[in-house]
Amino acid sequence: MAFQPYVPPEQLIKDRSDYARKGIARGKSVVAVEYAEGILFLAENPSATLHKVSEIYDRVAFAGVGKYSEFEDLRIAGIRLADLRGYSYGREDVTAKTLANAYSQALSTIFTQQMKPYEVEILVAQVGDDDGGNSLFHILFDGSVADEEGFVAMGGHAEDLSERLSASYRKGAPLADALRAAVEAVAAVEERSLEPTGLEVAVLDRTRTRRKFRRLAASEVGDIVGGGGN
Amino acid sequence: MTGRPDGFPGPAYPLGANPSFTDLVRSLGSESSGAPASRGSAPTGAQPSFGASPGMPAQGMPTGVPHGTTVLALKFADGVVMAGDRRATEGYAIADERIEKVFPADDHSAVAIAGAAGQATEIVKLFQTEIEHYEKVEGDRLSLEGKANRLAQMIRGNLPMAMQGLVVVPLFAGWDVGREEGRIFRYDVTGGRWEEAVFHATGSGGIHARGTLKKRWKPGLDREAAIRTAVEALYDAAQEDVATGGPDLFRGVYPSVKVVDREGFHTIAEDDVRGAFEGIVEDLLANQPPIGASGAREAEEAGE
Repeated sequence: MAFQPYVPPEQLIKDRSDYARKGIARGKSVVAVEYAEGILFLAENPSATLHKVSEIYDRVAFAGVGKYSEFEDLRIAGIRLADLRGYSYGREDVTAKTLANAYSQALSTIFTQQMKPYEVEILVAQVGDDDGGNSLFHILFDGSVADEEGFVAMGGHAEDLSERLSASYRKGAPLADALRAAVEAVAAVEERSLEPTGLEVAVLDRTRTRRKFRRLAASEVGDIVGGGGN
Repeated sequence: MTGRPDGFPGPAYPLGANPSFTDLVRSLGSESSGAPASRGSAPTGAQPSFGASPGMPAQGMPTGVPHGTTVLALKFADGVVMAGDRRATEGYAIADERIEKVFPADDHSAVAIAGAAGQATEIVKLFQTEIEHYEKVEGDRLSLEGKANRLAQMIRGNLPMAMQGLVVVPLFAGWDVGREEGRIFRYDVTGGRWEEAVFHATGSGGIHARGTLKKRWKPGLDREAAIRTAVEALYDAAQEDVATGGPDLFRGVYPSVKVVDREGFHTIAEDDVRGAFEGIVEDLLANQPPIGASGAREAEEAGE
């Protein structure tokens, strides 16, 4: 039997956390901001087909930062859970809370029991029927969950972004204002201007019919951001 | 990825995520009756169906006979029209006069069903989830061809239930985004899938509806004419087939009519369907005296 040196649990947890944090910090950021009709997601993403933000269910969306293969795995697991729930119970019984709990359990197990933790941070968001009904669950690599309000920033420059967003965030702002503020925040943190083609923008829009998730095309983003005299 | 995070449903696959919801349900050994692998026990008692043929009890219905109902699809200039009557029967009794038999499968396709009502709605629900699940997992829409094939596999999966009398025979139509045209697919109980060139009708009244469609269908029909043709075919089928419900002006029951075109799936408003029906009746009254067999008989008696 192989000899294993004693490692105190504090050290083990710290090493794994550092490893995961480093991995996440290397990646680009994702921000989510509540606006008048729902929730806006903005990610810097050069690919038009490999998404960081996607639809999970009627009112629920998913965003991930860090290692693509790992959050993609979590995304598909979430779609399976949601579709199965909705199929065996009812469509309105699929909530972000259920998913956030499942993700939290899964990530916590992976963090403590697997060789390496997942280098991901994810966001599970649900748009409500009215302004106060939204939920935003920010889940970390170790399974800890934060129930956020207003805006969330994850990934490379999460702290800087949060600061800028907290300065610019206005409750109940229209989509165009929220998008412009989010793009400005990301551009300021990255210290360069952003092209609409390099952005992935999606919304959970409560005014839509059953499926609230919608992606905004680069042209649409360009019109909104450019139209504001940016 | 080969791993599956703990606590989430579904097995890991050797390469890539399986985008099939039906396979997921099957892998979990769900009791879902519509799942292809289901091996249900024999149904007991009368099953509500979309019009079981009279003289044929709900149980022990011979397979291979698409029984009950009339649903149809026809192509027109901008897409396809799909329509169905509203009657569900339970043996000789009418179980429901306002049931819906034509459903959106997704934004650009529709599915209509004939057969055992419970089984059929379950398969539709599974099929809708299947398409949406694929779209979300893959990030792309399934092609119309892909959807049609998937439905064929699901109907084939239902064969054990069909052998016990719970026959489901769908009709599938949609807008093919790649080919820029409307397409119609019909099925049999074994999951056989055939593409139809212009129109098709299925169910016990299907043969009568096909007769009307054959005479009325013309290339390049416009939307209004196509809707009217569909309503007329259903009206004729209802006259010939007890398991097909006709329009009921008094109670306000009209066939359900859907259109799938480039813009997607649309439900035709009941007022428009009523308008089409009233137009048909007007033409009938104008062009021919309302004498059927009984009228001729009366005339004969009066002549004597």
